[in-house]
Amino acid sequence: MSRYLLNRLWQSALTLVLASIVVFIGVRMLPGDPALAMAGEEADPETLAQVRESLGLDKPILVQYLTFVSNALRGDFGVSIRTGAPVSDLIATTLPVTLWLSAYAITIAILIGILTGVIAARFKGRWPEWIANGFALIGLSVPSFWLGILAILYLAVTLGWFPASGYVPIGQNPLVGLYYLTLPAIILAIGLSAVIMRQTRASMLQTMSADYVRTARAKGLGRFRILFRYGLRNSLIVVVTIVGLQLGGLISGAVVTERIFGLPGFGKLTLDSVFTRDYPVIQAVVLVVTVAYIVINLGVDILYSVINPRIRVGGKN
Amino acid sequence: MALIDTSQLSLGSGRGRIWRSLRRNPLGMLGGIMLILVLLVAVFAPLLAPYDPTQVHFDTPFQKPGTVGFPLGTDDLGRDILSRIIFGTRASIQVGMLSVALAVIVGTPLGLLSGYWRWLDGIVSRVTDLMLAFPFLIIAVGLAAINGASLANAAVALGIAQIPTMMRVVRAETLRVKELDFVMSARAMNASAPRILGQHILPNLLSAVIVQATVIIPVAVIGEAILSFLGLGIQPPAASLGIMLSDAQQYIFRAPSAAVFPGLAIAAICLAFNLFGDALRDALDPTSTRK
Repeated sequence: MSRYLLNRLWQSALTLVLASIVVFIGVRMLPGDPALAMAGEEADPETLAQVRESLGLDKPILVQYLTFVSNALRGDFGVSIRTGAPVSDLIATTLPVTLWLSAYAITIAILIGILTGVIAARFKGRWPEWIANGFALIGLSVPSFWLGILAILYLAVTLGWFPASGYVPIGQNPLVGLYYLTLPAIILAIGLSAVIMRQTRASMLQTMSADYVRTARAKGLGRFRILFRYGLRNSLIVVVTIVGLQLGGLISGAVVTERIFGLPGFGKLTLDSVFTRDYPVIQAVVLVVTVAYIVINLGVDILYSVINPRIRVGGKN
Repeated sequence: MALIDTSQLSLGSGRGRIWRSLRRNPLGMLGGIMLILVLLVAVFAPLLAPYDPTQVHFDTPFQKPGTVGFPLGTDDLGRDILSRIIFGTRASIQVGMLSVALAVIVGTPLGLLSGYWRWLDGIVSRVTDLMLAFPFLIIAVGLAAINGASLANAAVALGIAQIPTMMRVVRAETLRVKELDFVMSARAMNASAPRILGQHILPNLLSAVIVQATVIIPVAVIGEAILSFLGLGIQPPAASLGIMLSDAQQYIFRAPSAAVFPGLAIAAICLAFNLFGDALRDALDPTSTRK
């Protein structure tokens, strides 16, 4: 373990604690009395006091926070006001949908992004670069959820290539499950692949003009060998960084994509909970996304330092 | 690149150089022209729109584009789609500008201070890490749960999400500029810290801030559309490009064109900012030339 990693771990832990405080305070800033929301508007004072006690709302704020954290650590987020089901169950059924969708989309985005990025760099100043650049510009400017709506209309309904909506669990039937997720994943991947393409192109151009590549070329190494061994290796670092940086956008994009394609995922759970003011679910959703986000970013940074040793030694940029 | 391109420096004033570089960039010029058009539409929306964007015409729903009186057709309530796009563009630009303003007003001082004083750096970095821990949609979800969804909430959520990147850009620039000779000499002449920051460093950061702003606005425009589409942003019946798309999805088989135009409008706005922003970045930063 290097100093860098220890430092990074400590920072993440601190961010986690601060984020949990923000969520805790945020939930307490919500309008209305959570006990009243849970017990119902017509509840008599006695039931109200009872609910308040069972929620621990009569205890000091620090105790409430510690209870909140220890419950969350045990996966206990309380019960959904809307459905009466334990929040942890709701998360357990919806999260896999979103994880599969995101993983699928990231895979597609990396494949398309690197491929077009390499092509653009390899054929700099010629028509393949123009096409790749145009693709990236469109990917950045066109809202992907709009493309999703159009894709449902033309690819799913008119041409019938893909199902317009619906979901089959991957665990139940992997092939059919992936087939149902293909169109949503492509739509979700568009924006990400455009960013990856741009950065891959830039880093490839930079690498290919580096001295050691010139040396390799002078030694008579094949063009494609250089492209893959030196160029791609470096663009891997870029991709890892981009995926880390774009994670927030990906989470938001997944919520919209699920809405358009009617997928029963985490995004749907999030939106349903907001519109029905299902506070225990809102709190859990925000906390889960935040924790996942911090942990994945930590993972990205660790991976990054493994691929790029300069980070471990060099410190700040 | 070890050599500095001195030909760029001898061209006289910075503004003249930027203008010359922009003029040589046809895509950038196109973006600039589109940008002016978009801004004109946003500013003069009430004069340009043929109808009130919320005015319903129950006798003429689902008119096709090209119908007399309704150039882009009408929606399910007979509202004029062109008028709604014009006002939707205005709302998009409002959200874009508000969120950029928030990111600049909060991000610039934070970046400036943490770049200038290393001891502040740790604290500011923790704060931005914390902000980065909440994706904009989650911020919007939280704000909507507390205050109810609105245009202002969407702008605040998108602005907060952009503060860390703005702060990092300004910090990096501050780190670079503060080592330059003229700052050193100002310090040697015992200039106060506010004077060095305000008079010497801040003016040299402006180009980086402007470029970053052109990156933020299209992100915020798409973000507004996403939030309004999901019901977390602007509320119906007000016109927003996101709301129009969400409405159009309900009756997409009956009137596909109602879903096409708002999307094109979002794409045009973002393309304008992206093209112009790319050109501006090339013009302001000679090292990133993409000749």
